[in-house]
Amino acid sequence: MATSRVATGSEDYTGNLYVFEVPVRIWHWIHALAITVLAISGYFIANPLPSVSGEASDSFLMGNIRLIHFSAAMVFAVGLFVRFYWAIVGNRYAKGLLVVPVWRGEFWSRLFHELKMYSFLTRKVAKYRGHNPLAQLAMWLFNVLLALFMVCTGFALYSQGTGAGSWADRWFGWVFVIEPSSQAVRMWHLLGMWLMVFFIVVHIYMVVRAEFMSRQNGISVMIDGIRRFKDDGPRDPR
Amino acid sequence: MPAHETFYEVMRRHGVTRRSFLKFCSLTAAGLGLGPEFAGKIAHALETKPRTPVVWLHGLECTCCTESFIRSGNPLAGDVVLSMISLDYDDTIMAAAGHQAEEILEQTIEKYDGQFILACEGNPPLNEDGMYCIQAGRPYVEKLRHMADHCKAIIAWGSCASWGCVQAARPNPTQATPIHKVILDKPVIKVPGCPPIAEVMTGVITYMLAFDRLPPLDRQGRPQMFYGQRLHDKCYRRPHFDAGQFVEKFDDEGARKGYCLYKVGCKGPTTYNACSTIEWNGGLSWPVKSGHGCLGCAEDNFWDKGSFYSPVTNLGVTGNVESTADTIGGTLAAAAAIGVAAHAAASVVAKATGKKKTQPREEVSNG
Repeated sequence: MATSRVATGSEDYTGNLYVFEVPVRIWHWIHALAITVLAISGYFIANPLPSVSGEASDSFLMGNIRLIHFSAAMVFAVGLFVRFYWAIVGNRYAKGLLVVPVWRGEFWSRLFHELKMYSFLTRKVAKYRGHNPLAQLAMWLFNVLLALFMVCTGFALYSQGTGAGSWADRWFGWVFVIEPSSQAVRMWHLLGMWLMVFFIVVHIYMVVRAEFMSRQNGISVMIDGIRRFKDDGPRDPR
Repeated sequence: MPAHETFYEVMRRHGVTRRSFLKFCSLTAAGLGLGPEFAGKIAHALETKPRTPVVWLHGLECTCCTESFIRSGNPLAGDVVLSMISLDYDDTIMAAAGHQAEEILEQTIEKYDGQFILACEGNPPLNEDGMYCIQAGRPYVEKLRHMADHCKAIIAWGSCASWGCVQAARPNPTQATPIHKVILDKPVIKVPGCPPIAEVMTGVITYMLAFDRLPPLDRQGRPQMFYGQRLHDKCYRRPHFDAGQFVEKFDDEGARKGYCLYKVGCKGPTTYNACSTIEWNGGLSWPVKSGHGCLGCAEDNFWDKGSFYSPVTNLGVTGNVESTADTIGGTLAAAAAIGVAAHAAASVVAKATGKKKTQPREEVSNG
């Protein structure tokens, strides 16, 4: 990257910095697309489209919706685990997805500062190279915890079709030991979809808001990976 | 009652011909999903093995399991197995009553300690020290624990014994508790359903008596041969599901054409039972065949999952409010959208007022 540098010290919050590597950005967009397809197809599995007429052998609508859902689920699951791998070998901004530094006092003080800032209780806006603590915590809750919940419940439900002894049953059948009612697992999986929709609404808003109101870029950083600081002032304004 | 009487001798004594006996053996082998050679093995086992006694207890229940059992579609199977087990203890259908009946339990323990099978219909209520179900002057839970101490294995008949069923529905005032949560030190075979299918019941009991071991069980403790697949997997209306052909409401064109009942709440896709293969009352019919969706009566907690007529059901997390995953989630997503819009507006206002505040304000302080 000709226009950007790798961050050098803790005081380096000026100009352009290369933060999000290629695998992180590719994963982000695959993940976003997979979630979109999964949410729509999943909604129509729970609440099917209006009934089709004609011979049953002439159409395969529900079958195709389920096929799309399962295919997108494979993309989602594999993508998630590739991203976890990259969290181990990637740069510090890639690691942030898995490792939330809750043992650091600074994490909590900055988290509360962000909460105050979003609640309009302070006008002091701090600069961040990667995610701010609030965003990082949300990433962990929704794209690690909730995503794993959706993978486990999803493959457990998938194992009902593939049957006892299948790989899905051997790896994810334990879900039904925790919750024996598969109808309940379906409903929790569906609620998980809505939680993901909730996350997406807030996520998109926060990113667009950051683009216009924070002291760094919000949208383009996930396109070219470059963090652009809008001013050369101190990280934390007095 | 000679101690070493075999099943075959018992059956002959009850007027079953050898021809009928062999038919029963082959039908049972077929019912259990075993190969043709097993008919002979079952016959041999029943001819040579001493009869394993079965004690049938009743806790909180409606006796629909017994009603189902005595109507076994293959009448012979019902008669035969019933003859075998009625010799011991089943307070609904045995001749003895009162102290005589209760003595049979102690006699069974004396003669067959660690040998008999305990079949439990219904479950014990644990609240108030079990006072909500009193039998022969003492709480049922004590009787259950006493018999379980001496039995070889337990069959939990029906959804009551397996999962709790309607008497365990929220708020469960009597604290009705399924067998596997009360008896922890003995194998418990769950045969859920409200009631279970008669042929499933006779099949399970015959397997245990004939082969002298537990049938292969799934993770939930249900016999795999009957609970290995969902109704949906073997449903004759499955092609309509895959095609996207649904009954939108009862009595519409789709209902007349026999389309899939998923949209009117059929729980076949989440219910493990053998209804779609064995069917009911000797293969006469079963719920979906009669045009009504499955209620999921063989599944845990089916009684607290809200509507029987919606594929999206209650989560049971919001107390008495009947909220489904879609209503909770949809409200959450809508609230997020409204919250985001409000926050965006507030942010714009805050930015505008913030700029004003940074301007010099001497004239205000002077005034």
